[in-house]
Amino acid sequence: MSIQVKKSFFRKLLTFVPLILLFVSVMNEFDFNYLNYKYFSFNFPFILIYYWSLKRSESLGYGYIFIAGLFNDITIGFPLGVSGLTYLLICGFAAYLRNITLRPNLVNDWMFFLFTILFVTSINYFLLISIFSIEMNYYELMGNIFFTFLFYYIFAYLFDIYLKLVFKGNKNV
Amino acid sequence: MATSRDDFVIAIRSAFLKKGNQQRFSLIVLIFFSISLIVLSRLNVPAINYLKVSLNEIIYRASFVVSIPEQQLQNASIALKNHFKLYEDLKITKKKIKELEFEKYNSNYLSAENTRLRKLIDEYIVQSDELVAKVLLDKNSPFLKSIIVNKGSKDGVKLGMAVLDNQYLIGKIVEVNYSTSRALLVSDLNSKIPISVEPGNFLSILSGTGKSYGKIQYTQQDFNFQESNVVYTSGSGGIFKSGIPIGKVKIESNENIRVNFFSNLSQITFVKLISFEKEEIE
Repeated sequence: MSIQVKKSFFRKLLTFVPLILLFVSVMNEFDFNYLNYKYFSFNFPFILIYYWSLKRSESLGYGYIFIAGLFNDITIGFPLGVSGLTYLLICGFAAYLRNITLRPNLVNDWMFFLFTILFVTSINYFLLISIFSIEMNYYELMGNIFFTFLFYYIFAYLFDIYLKLVFKGNKNV
Repeated sequence: MATSRDDFVIAIRSAFLKKGNQQRFSLIVLIFFSISLIVLSRLNVPAINYLKVSLNEIIYRASFVVSIPEQQLQNASIALKNHFKLYEDLKITKKKIKELEFEKYNSNYLSAENTRLRKLIDEYIVQSDELVAKVLLDKNSPFLKSIIVNKGSKDGVKLGMAVLDNQYLIGKIVEVNYSTSRALLVSDLNSKIPISVEPGNFLSILSGTGKSYGKIQYTQQDFNFQESNVVYTSGSGGIFKSGIPIGKVKIESNENIRVNFFSNLSQITFVKLISFEKEEIE
């Protein structure tokens, strides 16, 4: 009985891993920037939100994503609501792709991800530069988009494995 | 065309307006909420500032805790980088130690010399010219300890010039060709250098042994040698400037005083050739 309860708890905990990862990454700036490589950084929350909104939207609720956006704004020092809007737009793009896709394909998802992050980063850039007069390094931003795009393929592959292991038998997968 | 447009509208509507099974808010509601927050932030509404201050308190503390693993990773990364740099650091440190040792010996000598010169005012000062030469050949036979350098008479090399490794005396020029020269090392049996042992200003002759060390010869008076004594050129005979460090005293026995050279004479790649001239004070 006790073992059954533990197993069930552990299984339940595993389903929350994407959400835990999201909150950890927004508070931690998980981007390996301490390596001090010029222009090297990537936006892990973008990858996480896009992938899970596309593959299993109930793993990350929109409300939690919005709150994660607020946390990210506080951590980075952006005006409140900017990251939330960015994250929710990514969710919107992912939901749109999910609706129009009959046969999911990693390369198609990857290309659409590029379009998505270009669009949302442009919105983000516009808001910060035009409305809040916050200076940003355009080249670093481009580097961030490029590496985020590259890393999506790797993380998507890893998340696919995780998805199969944890949510196997689920009709949504 | 119209069907395609309808599909697009349906997909967009479904993505932004439809709520999932466990979703309390649709995407569009939260997007509008975000936009409202942005506008209120821009307008500096006090309520938003209070919200931000409250969130700051919680999130900064949470961030600190959450960042601990990454901090550990960062520390590990730095430790790893330092580990790989260890060899380079060691080389730099060794070089610095050598320089500092020279500074120390030089300073000791200058201090002793200063005390001496206070009693006697010298009548001349010494000037020097300096050349850097590459060691072409390292003749390390048991009978002859010499090196061939790539500078000769065309470069201004003269007989008797002092040969230095960094700041330490290692020999003198004994043969000058047009573009090369031979230097006899202080370790050669034929090498005889007038020296001064400090502290104490004990004058003597350093003789090579054909090995990696030299011997102090022709002691004219009793002198209490100590392991801490340092051997410098004395300047007697006018060949070398006084005060160039050569080595450190090592006592084998009362009659056998060894001098361990500061430079490793078997590993020399570049040397400095220096000449000294006496100049009368006007």
